[in-house]
Amino acid sequence: MTERRPRSFYVLAFVFALFLMFLYGPMISILVLSFQGPEGGLVFPMTGVSTHWFQRLWEGGGQVEIGSALRRSFVLALVVMVLTVTISVLAGLAFRRQFRGATVLLYVAIASLIVPSIVVSLGIALEFRLLDDAIKDFGAATGIGWIQNDFVSALGPFTSGLGAHLTWTLPFGLLIMFAVFNRFDPAYEEAARDLGATPWQTFRHVTLPMIAPFLIGVAVFGFTLSWDELARSSQVMGSQNTLPMQLAAKTTTVTDPEIYALGTATTGGSILLVLVTFTLISLMQRGRAKRG
Amino acid sequence: MTDATDTAAEVRPARTSARRSGTGRAGAALAPYLQAAPMALVFLIFFVLPLAATIVVSFWQYTQYSIEPALTAQNYGDVFYGCLANLPSLCTTFLTYLSTLKFCLIVWATTLTIGFTIAYFLAFHVRTLKVQVICFLLCTIPFWTSIVIRMISWIPLLGRNGLVNQTLISMGVIDTPLEGLLYSDFAVILALTHLYTLFMVVPIFNSLMRVDRSLIEAARDAGASGAQILRHVIVPLARPGILIGSIFVVTVVMGDFLTIGIMGGQQIASVGKVIQTQMQFLQFPLAAANAVILLAAVLAGVWALLKLVDIRKEL
Repeated sequence: MTERRPRSFYVLAFVFALFLMFLYGPMISILVLSFQGPEGGLVFPMTGVSTHWFQRLWEGGGQVEIGSALRRSFVLALVVMVLTVTISVLAGLAFRRQFRGATVLLYVAIASLIVPSIVVSLGIALEFRLLDDAIKDFGAATGIGWIQNDFVSALGPFTSGLGAHLTWTLPFGLLIMFAVFNRFDPAYEEAARDLGATPWQTFRHVTLPMIAPFLIGVAVFGFTLSWDELARSSQVMGSQNTLPMQLAAKTTTVTDPEIYALGTATTGGSILLVLVTFTLISLMQRGRAKRG
Repeated sequence: MTDATDTAAEVRPARTSARRSGTGRAGAALAPYLQAAPMALVFLIFFVLPLAATIVVSFWQYTQYSIEPALTAQNYGDVFYGCLANLPSLCTTFLTYLSTLKFCLIVWATTLTIGFTIAYFLAFHVRTLKVQVICFLLCTIPFWTSIVIRMISWIPLLGRNGLVNQTLISMGVIDTPLEGLLYSDFAVILALTHLYTLFMVVPIFNSLMRVDRSLIEAARDAGASGAQILRHVIVPLARPGILIGSIFVVTVVMGDFLTIGIMGGQQIASVGKVIQTQMQFLQFPLAAANAVILLAAVLAGVWALLKLVDIRKEL
């Protein structure tokens, strides 16, 4: 370790520092400006330090929309998170063995990642529009009252929106599970089986505890990908907006630092989530180390 | 890791073991299908069928209010209207694709250059795993913010009265503020680089960490210079990571309409934005035709790259 660093190290370390500045600079500037004085504008200099814009945000002057969009996004992200973990683990287990169609499923998953989001969003919107027409025709043909009177569209955050988010989170989930199981030593499971454990017992008491830390990773990934999703959401949420959509709509009319306050608040929330997660993971690992 | 065996030891040889041997074989053969079914179903309903619907609808007709089943190439004709007749002057569609392609190439070049440099630094110069993890965490924290917030956070820096202009003026470099910093090609490229460089760093880092360090020593012993080692040893071995990162960045930029929209002040055309606008005007078949063409363009590029690397093996 005492070997002297070559000159290239210092050059690259400087580049890395610049890169960090590039990443953090803008974020810090809106963090600072969200505490802008009540008279202040969108840019420096600060005209004082206040929490004026946070208060305005909290009171929600004329933008109840943000609050409901935030709640909707949060619940949606939770649902996406649970489904992503469950479905990815199951698929990950399936891919450890041979099954017909495995290659096709893998390529579909990768394709889902690289097909432009606007195309996926458009496709799902079209599919649901055709579905709407079919449902309405069905309602008219059979004379079912509530379809004729009350049915508007099957498009919504928890139907088409949920599906659109899953097409984005599941490929990542699957790839992470590949990475996990590629490094997984099956000897532990064999031992469990030799001792007479059922497949479920083997999974529950051997496999699951071993992959649990990575599952938390998948969960966080799923939550944040959904929480921040915008491109695939754009056409499929029906009449209801998610938080990023609401934010994007606001960017066309940025006039005061309230949107910075919103940015600071949502960032703070996300960072809190990450900290809680990492604490959980390290607690779990410590608990294991103690038991082990 | 020893705890797993302990846990297994606690599992009592269950009564079910006898029952298991009866259904075991058929169940084991069926299991992977049942396990893969939920994912297959999600992709079928929300990915494969929607793409099929897009292709079908791209051959339909539309009125102001509705879309009608038909089999017409009219939408494709509309997309490429005047493209051949007016050559050599380019039609709107070609110009839009050209502009999108320009962003693709520039952003690919910037993210690859920065991404490779950062990955190289993290893989070869940072010596302990702990420091590597800390560096990565430092890089990822800004990604816990909303994409939209990360874009508007350039306003206080690049705006007409922003920090960059203020600094340049106070330093006496310029007299009047530069106008083209925000809402311009430059702003789009900057924001895209800002958003997606990390997606280049991670796969390249992953590849570099697998490079056998003795190969580099062997090259050095054989008299290769630093540049030669980089050119002939490290870059070829990092190719899978470079390809994965490149595929991600190129496809994201090809379909982008948000960054180009917000950072371009809604003034710069992109294929994704065209599709979005047409959807707002309920011209679904036209939007579908554009989507199919975009999809073909993206897949053609990616297919060639995918041929070169087996993603599953790289993880």
